[in-house]
Amino acid sequence: MIAINHAQIDYAQLLQLVWPEIILVAAALIAVAVDLLLLRKQTPRLRFAVAASLGSLGCVAAILRLVLAPVQANILDGTLIANPLVRLVQIAVLALTIFILLLSVDSKFTRHVGEFVLLVLIATTGMMFLVASQDLLVIFISLELLSLSLYILAAFSKRSLQSWEAALKYFLFGGMSAAFLLFGFSLLYGLSNSTSLLAIAGAIHSPSLNPLLVIAIVTTTIGLGFKVAAAPFHFWAPDVYQGAPAPSAAFIASASKVASFFIFFQLAVLGFAGAEGTAALPHIVRGWVPVLALVAAVSMLLGNLVAITQSSLRRLLAYSAVAHAGYMLLAIVAHSQQSLAALLYYVITYALATIGAFAVIAVVEEHKGSDQLSNFDGLARQAPVLSFGLAIFILSLAGIPPLAGFFGKFYLFVTVLQSSKSLLWLVVLAIAMSAVSLYYYLKVLKRMYVAALPPDAGQFESPVLSQVLVAALAAAVVLLGCAPHLLLRWIEAALQASGL
Amino acid sequence: MLAWTIYISFLGAAAMFLLPKGSVALARILALLTAVAGFALALTAFVQHRSGEMLTVTRVPWIPSLGIEYHLAADGISLALILLTGIVAVTGILFSWDIDHRTKEFFAFYLVLIGAVYGVFLSYDLFLLFVFYEIVIIPKYFLIAIWGSTRREYGAMKLVLYSFVGSAMVLVGLIAAYVVSGSQSMSLGDLAGYPFSPHFQMFAFPLVFVGFGILAGLWPFHTWAPTGHVAAPTAASMLLAGVVMKLGAYGCLRVAMTLFPLGLVTPWNHHVLGLGSWRGVFALLAVVGIIYGALVALVQKDFKFVIGYSSVSHMGFILLGLMTLNQIGLSGAIVQMFSHGILAGLLFAVVGRMVYARTHTRELAALGPMSLNHVIPFAAVAFVIAGMASMGLPGFSGFVAELMILVGAWHAFPLLAVCVGIGIVIGVVYVWRAMQKAFFAESRNEPASPEHPLPPISLPERLGAIILIGASVLVGVYPQLLLNIIVPALNSPLFDGLRKGSWQ
Repeated sequence: MIAINHAQIDYAQLLQLVWPEIILVAAALIAVAVDLLLLRKQTPRLRFAVAASLGSLGCVAAILRLVLAPVQANILDGTLIANPLVRLVQIAVLALTIFILLLSVDSKFTRHVGEFVLLVLIATTGMMFLVASQDLLVIFISLELLSLSLYILAAFSKRSLQSWEAALKYFLFGGMSAAFLLFGFSLLYGLSNSTSLLAIAGAIHSPSLNPLLVIAIVTTTIGLGFKVAAAPFHFWAPDVYQGAPAPSAAFIASASKVASFFIFFQLAVLGFAGAEGTAALPHIVRGWVPVLALVAAVSMLLGNLVAITQSSLRRLLAYSAVAHAGYMLLAIVAHSQQSLAALLYYVITYALATIGAFAVIAVVEEHKGSDQLSNFDGLARQAPVLSFGLAIFILSLAGIPPLAGFFGKFYLFVTVLQSSKSLLWLVVLAIAMSAVSLYYYLKVLKRMYVAALPPDAGQFESPVLSQVLVAALAAAVVLLGCAPHLLLRWIEAALQASGL
Repeated sequence: MLAWTIYISFLGAAAMFLLPKGSVALARILALLTAVAGFALALTAFVQHRSGEMLTVTRVPWIPSLGIEYHLAADGISLALILLTGIVAVTGILFSWDIDHRTKEFFAFYLVLIGAVYGVFLSYDLFLLFVFYEIVIIPKYFLIAIWGSTRREYGAMKLVLYSFVGSAMVLVGLIAAYVVSGSQSMSLGDLAGYPFSPHFQMFAFPLVFVGFGILAGLWPFHTWAPTGHVAAPTAASMLLAGVVMKLGAYGCLRVAMTLFPLGLVTPWNHHVLGLGSWRGVFALLAVVGIIYGALVALVQKDFKFVIGYSSVSHMGFILLGLMTLNQIGLSGAIVQMFSHGILAGLLFAVVGRMVYARTHTRELAALGPMSLNHVIPFAAVAFVIAGMASMGLPGFSGFVAELMILVGAWHAFPLLAVCVGIGIVIGVVYVWRAMQKAFFAESRNEPASPEHPLPPISLPERLGAIILIGASVLVGVYPQLLLNIIVPALNSPLFDGLRKGSWQ
């Protein structure tokens, strides 16, 4: 392991540190060049296959670089960091991106194949930098790199009005939340005269909260709450989930969530250290913890209750995503080392299940035109593998053992309660709400397994690649549920080694 | 070996998908073989393990960082219930021999359900127990929603939501117990040995008890049971009433009462409506369940609803037995779990398979004119025997169980015991009424038209009925068979907390 720790920039070492990102960008450029120069006359499927393979190869190469040549570094007081924990999140993001790229191979929504892969990889690069920094400026810039790519990805289905509308909403809300975030960051800089999270924490430490700090906490929460689709900053989510092309929606719902939650945790725990307050009822002390506890409670309530009334599977997943954001925010509220482990386990397994669900939705939409729940009637007879996969993903989201979602919830709630027993009210609310969620998740399963196949339903050819992808993701969800330690051990080792 | 009851059921379910398309007969035989294998394993363990002490079956670390182990163990109580599961599983398959719609899926869900039930009874680690407990929920839903009858989707959803709310309450209690004890272990023994503060137990006990009690048909949370039983296909009703409701009762005893004994007996500082502790509250609710279930069963027009409500009434006996906290009452509760599992299975088999599948009606008024006692005499005889056993005639398992519970209740709550007596009398009346209306009503017109004769009772049905009746008689005549292993289990150190509390 190479250890770098400098307060001055040494560009050779910086280069060594950002090799994975360089590989990604190079892969993106190669993919777009090959696509535009050599394959313009070919079928979209071939173009997608080539571009996605090149992109995936880039991701694999970046993962290999991260695994084989691990670097331990902290450049310029946390401007760029490399440690086992960051590496783990980066690998998770890259692995999820590979799934997204493979998922896009069968799609027909665009002729601009190279550009699509390019944007996915650029967004991934943004996430890689995002999770590797403890500096406000770098965080903001990489967040914008990620967000701007995602806006375009959401609008990528140029023939679909819905996709346009979704992207426009996403962009407008995103722009506003970025403004809030920047405002909060500027206040933090004003308070501490530094952009480093640790320096900020040192400067804001005082017995009573500075009013400016309160504003900074709230605006930062708004900005990041938007990224993770927590209520009441979730208004973009249903439209984007519904309007964006399936691979883009899956990307926004999975990889981007992993990176955003990680940085949300870091920002709150490192940057606002000393301004926690408590969310213990009835003795609430001002700080960022009660703010997040409130957001979490609202997200769980609103997400689960509104999801009940949805008739489109994508919108249902969007509202369930709001609910899941609420559960995951509990881990930030608890802000302990174990709760970070629980958060990572939860968000990674959640991302796997979500990508799987979108993979099935993509195939169904291709054949039946939309993601209305009625289009899933009797799907188990038409596409047994896909239906079984979707059943696994949905049950995992519902938190039914022995799937990964169950252990995620269990571990999360245990760590939250361990950090402070006074958070019991949040845990009780979360468990009660997950009982509510079973109702709408079961509605989906009922469509597939109980409802009769409509008489006019034609033949259904499930693409082989989608089937393989869904089977692999379902296997991962089952495996991580039955043997959580496979992933947990790795997360805990990384946490130990990084000393966070 | 006992652990293989779980694995074999899951493997059997997986093997269903490997069968060629349309192989209905093969699916039935495979399912039967799987269930028989599970039953044989259960019986072997039951015969070999005569001391009733806790016996570790499998123990390997599972999630070391949380101290969670894959720990299966069995004592006399679990063995009795595992044997019950084996019997009901085999007979349930015999009574679903006529399923020809999506047969493979039916048996796959059925076997998953059975495997998970075995798992709950065998789990010693509470995390593992909860995992199996929740796995039970999903196959239940599909068995009812796909193969059920009357308002099946409503009944299935209601049942699942009730179960899930119950398990959510249990989950809160378990997580709280795990965190409060700080012991880095979810093992039943470790947590039962931890001295939780009386204050904590006062809150945790009712939470977990009601959570499990919902599945055990605790009044007033029983309403899922009649609708669910009625909507379910025969085999699923047999399993639901026979073993799934027992999961709830088992959880009440094994988890709620063992972990939080002080929450059960510690008197409150003030009396509410004359009740001084949770023990009194739940004993009262149990008795209300007995009488209420019996009264409602008395006025039902639908044959299956009669049996559905009788289950609520009988489950009340079990909960009352648990609340007596004396050895005879507790042993009686466990014998009643076994007895009711067998008898409810038999009653649902007669009503659902023998009668409804042939006549396509369950209206008592419509069944009467068919003079079923002439047309399908075997069904009439089976129902009479099952009815006798269920109303507690000596010589059947129901008698032993109810007698023991009554004696226990007499020691603990004399006034309630009198009320239970009333409940037993009503129990006689509703069985009599249903029997008379369904099978022995005077037929005013000619017997059923000869153009559509009802198919005769088939061999699998006869076999299933005989197995169930035999089991009930065996336990009724020689209750020591069960008591020999139940009593030592109740005297084991696991129940120390309960004994120290108030054990007479």
